[in-house]
Amino acid sequence: MVTGHGRLERAVRLWLPVGFFLVLALFPFYWMAITSIKPNAELYNRNVMPLIVHAPTLKHYVDLLTKTSFLLWTWNTMLIALVSTAISLVLGTMLAYPLARMRFAGAGLIAMTVAAVYLVPQPLLFIPLADVINRLGLGNTLTSVILTYPTMLVPFCAWLLLGYFKTVPKELEEAARIDGASRVQTVLQIFLPLCMPGFISAGIFAFTLSQNEFLYALIFLTKTTVRTVPVGVIAELIRGDVFYWGQLMAGALLGSIPVALIYSFFVEHYVAGLTGSIKG
Amino acid sequence: MTAVSEHLPGVARAARRRVSLSVWLDRESVFSWLLMAVPLLFLASLVGYPFVYGMLLSLQDRPVAQTGTFVGFQNFVTNFHDPVFWQVAINTFIYTGVATLLKMVGGLGLALAMNQHFRMKNLVRALLLLPFIVPTVLSTVAWMWMLDPAFSVVNRLLVALGWPKPGPSWLGDPTLAMISIIIINTWRGLPFYGITLLAGLQTVPPELYEAATIDGAGGWQRFRFVTLPLLRPIILIVTLFSVIFTFADFQLVYVLTHGGPQNATNLFATYAFDIAMGAGQLGLGASVALAMLPALAALIVALTIYMRRS
Repeated sequence: MVTGHGRLERAVRLWLPVGFFLVLALFPFYWMAITSIKPNAELYNRNVMPLIVHAPTLKHYVDLLTKTSFLLWTWNTMLIALVSTAISLVLGTMLAYPLARMRFAGAGLIAMTVAAVYLVPQPLLFIPLADVINRLGLGNTLTSVILTYPTMLVPFCAWLLLGYFKTVPKELEEAARIDGASRVQTVLQIFLPLCMPGFISAGIFAFTLSQNEFLYALIFLTKTTVRTVPVGVIAELIRGDVFYWGQLMAGALLGSIPVALIYSFFVEHYVAGLTGSIKG
Repeated sequence: MTAVSEHLPGVARAARRRVSLSVWLDRESVFSWLLMAVPLLFLASLVGYPFVYGMLLSLQDRPVAQTGTFVGFQNFVTNFHDPVFWQVAINTFIYTGVATLLKMVGGLGLALAMNQHFRMKNLVRALLLLPFIVPTVLSTVAWMWMLDPAFSVVNRLLVALGWPKPGPSWLGDPTLAMISIIIINTWRGLPFYGITLLAGLQTVPPELYEAATIDGAGGWQRFRFVTLPLLRPIILIVTLFSVIFTFADFQLVYVLTHGGPQNATNLFATYAFDIAMGAGQLGLGASVALAMLPALAALIVALTIYMRRS
């Protein structure tokens, strides 16, 4: 039986803090959304109540899609994220499988190295990498970021997959080996199909990480045609001191949607990846 | 197999060689190293090499697009006498320390609040994680607009609540600018703390709470003597993670303040970027970035050892 007192206590213990965190977490997105559909007359008028939209308009979206290269940036961002995620899953598996299953001298050292590389933040490497990319003649090509994003994603995927691989029982592989399958056959036909949840977790996480990447894209991609959404929005929608807030918010919202959408389909996998990413 | 090959020596030699090659390939160590060779070479050439090359760069006077000249530790001496460098160092430590503390306390609060039974809990959890998954640059732009000098919605709410007009100059005042980047970093990183700690909380066996309650422990005592000790490992590891990536943060500050006003929010990463990419001094920039290394290396080694042990 819920008494008045019990209900009050539940409100204070549950809904008050949860509501606080929800408002805090979501208000910037609400603000992004309503700004993007307000006409300029409303955006830059201090006498209008700002929390609601009085005369909604899609003008900022139309401008964003027709007057800037936003669609191209979105395409670039997707392409880069998908290719570098795919590369990272393959290379990550090639690292994680031996570490999870095989006994060999140096395994401990390799595992330590992978963990350490996973934790090296980009600002430590971007200056020498910029020079390397220049010397390779890869400036302003999507290849430059497709090559460099996996430097952070490979150790990450390897680490996450290593944790997952260890939870997969060995018996099926052992049975396949006894039946005469080679190691490669065992891995490809028996082991990998069992690991789909692990690949989805690592893939989603790697995908969001590459969508979020900014520093390398900012340095390597300086032409409109090769830019990613974050760099394009910052570099081209802010012109000097002029801010096109309506378009900026429309761009920020549209740029967030792919990640949010994929994330919403795989929340459980994402959370598994999140908690797995910090486990040994 | 050997018994058969003795009868057919010529055929057997080739067959045996083939067999021995496949046996060799089948050995765990050979198979492992062959498999790992490609990813390890990749990491060696695009992480290992740039890392070493960065150290060499830091010992050079190296303007962009020109050849460098070796100058020994001159760049580090320059940094040592550069007041901005020391301000950057202090900023980075304040930013990392305060933001991490806020994320830890807030994240624990979030985890405890979420660790109750209620309807639509999974939906709420998914929504709470949004700040963490949306690209930082894009959400930072939204915050920038929320803190806009002329049309800040935050200030309009504050003024409506009785704050004297026009409200605080969030990004114009040095102290407030630091507070702003700390708040936004906390906003973004708090869900990561909260959700990983929540996962940790859910592994605490309910019997422990029951036993503690039977022994007469109140809510606070259950938290202090049951929850906290069990969560300590996960709190430690999340904190180390958070410290590493906050310490080396770039994008939030680059977008929101560019390190200003008057370097008040300049961090190691943004300062190194300014020097290397803005002023074109790759050597000096590399030396500023490398100044992060001692603290980072200590953290990374600590965390690596800890992760291996657990």
